[in-house]
Amino acid sequence: MGTLNSYLLVSGLLFTIGLTGVMVRRNIIIIFMCLELMLSAANLTLVAFSRFGLVNGLPNHHGQLLVFFTITVAAAEVAVGLAIIVALYRARQTVHVEDLKTLGG
Amino acid sequence: MDSIVFTIAAAVMLIFGIGVVLNRNPVASALCLVMSFVGLAALFISLDAHFLGIIQILVYAGAVMVLFLFIIMLLDLRAEERRKLNAWALIGGGLVALCFVGTLLHVLGRFPAGEGAAPPLQPPEGTAYEDTKALGTLLFTRYVFHVQVIGLLLLGATIGVVALSKKEPTR
Repeated sequence: MGTLNSYLLVSGLLFTIGLTGVMVRRNIIIIFMCLELMLSAANLTLVAFSRFGLVNGLPNHHGQLLVFFTITVAAAEVAVGLAIIVALYRARQTVHVEDLKTLGG
Repeated sequence: MDSIVFTIAAAVMLIFGIGVVLNRNPVASALCLVMSFVGLAALFISLDAHFLGIIQILVYAGAVMVLFLFIIMLLDLRAEERRKLNAWALIGGGLVALCFVGTLLHVLGRFPAGEGAAPPLQPPEGTAYEDTKALGTLLFTRYVFHVQVIGLLLLGATIGVVALSKKEPTR
């Protein structure tokens, strides 16, 4: 097992990868996947802190439960998001964000 | 030994994470995402969070990724593979990533509390550490209201998805 800092570094790098993907890629499905990466990076941070901040010699289970709830919410979010993407594709026949500029004026 | 597991899992997670961003083909991206999540689950297990590692595999690598692949196949995205990348978005994304990594290294360099090795677990005398049992007990005692709310949220999401994907009647 590495140190807490190594876990935080890995988690931060994963978050950076996700952030870069969101900014660089134009395919809305890839953007959505990169959002999942960022969410997972946050989960890794929570679990790392829960393992290194022992309470009575045991990991902090409240942090791990927060991750559990986050995963549940993320699953719901993916379902709704993909449904929106399908509805969007039906209306516009595209998944490229550059083709969707109605709100940009 | 443990640090080898950590290195391999972290490398798998990060390399396949980069693969998600770099691949032009959405199917390849989705498969890279699966591998990235498997690496993340290995990291969870290396942190003694066995239950969360299994959940990560089941929910993300299983359910969520099947959903992604299903949608990619459904929309048939192959035709849109070739497009020019926006140079400004590339530059901006690279700059933001660099700033973020710089900040990260700066902060972690001044965080001596995170340098030590993990303290050993001390389960009660004569018992092995069972995180699933502990999490389950906590989930259905202290957090039982939150479980109900999450259940309601999942119900709402299900109804929302059905409503969203219903075909609108043509006027």
